[in-house]
Amino acid sequence: MPTLTRETQIIVDQKVPAVRIIREFDAPVAKVFRAHIDAALFSQWNGPRGNEMRVDHFDCRTGGSYRYAIGRQNFEAWFRGCFHEVRPSALIVQTFTFEGMPDGVALERLVFEDLGDGRTRLTATSLVDSFEDRDAFVASGMEKGVREGYERLDELLAR
Amino acid sequence: MSADPLSRVFSALADPTRRDLVARLADGDATVRDLAQPYDMTVQAISKHLKVLEDAGLVTRSRQAQRRPVHLEADVLDLMTKWIERYRRNAEERYRRLDAVLDAMADGTKPTPSTHTGDS
Repeated sequence: MPTLTRETQIIVDQKVPAVRIIREFDAPVAKVFRAHIDAALFSQWNGPRGNEMRVDHFDCRTGGSYRYAIGRQNFEAWFRGCFHEVRPSALIVQTFTFEGMPDGVALERLVFEDLGDGRTRLTATSLVDSFEDRDAFVASGMEKGVREGYERLDELLAR
Repeated sequence: MSADPLSRVFSALADPTRRDLVARLADGDATVRDLAQPYDMTVQAISKHLKVLEDAGLVTRSRQAQRRPVHLEADVLDLMTKWIERYRRNAEERYRRLDAVLDAMADGTKPTPSTHTGDS
């Protein structure tokens, strides 16, 4: 079956320190939404390749919060934040903090759009408080990114 | 200032005036005086901005010519574009995993039974 999925698009804003990620999925909006709010599903795809996601708590509802670790072997990085607004199959507004840099916080806005025909567009915007932080965020974890990305892609295509 | 050249490029471009200068230099070389003209800024202030861009390797200034035109180093900008492309690829890779998760999920939109809701 030919896939209709469009490749991820990145918009690095010039006016505010934000990065926008846009991606379309060949799945209904309720399903894409559920893969974001159900910890067991979310942990299957979140984080960089070769890392395990360990959930401390993940209470995805308006006013809820989350905390999870991403890592491998002896290294784990902890992340946490609050779910500011969760609207079924439509919107998640949350904060995101790396516990190693507790003063830094990103405001994330995930918009789920029903495109009809069982397709969904996800627009995820991360806003931080300085261009320096944003650029560091874009540049983080880049060293191994390309090689690992291709390996992962090869594996998925071989399925 | 960071020793990492890419961080220098990123922070040099964090300023709106410098981003504007880079955009104008993409059209061709220009003198400091030409560049300063549209702004409500002194030539010295523009020179300071150009010094930051020069330290980041984004622009060079000709040593021979009296006018010392400022030249944009397109390769360095290109490198930053590549970084953004890597970030994009990382996100794409993550979302391909989400594609696989979506494929494996039951078609119903109701929450999955208890085996999926726990933090197992």
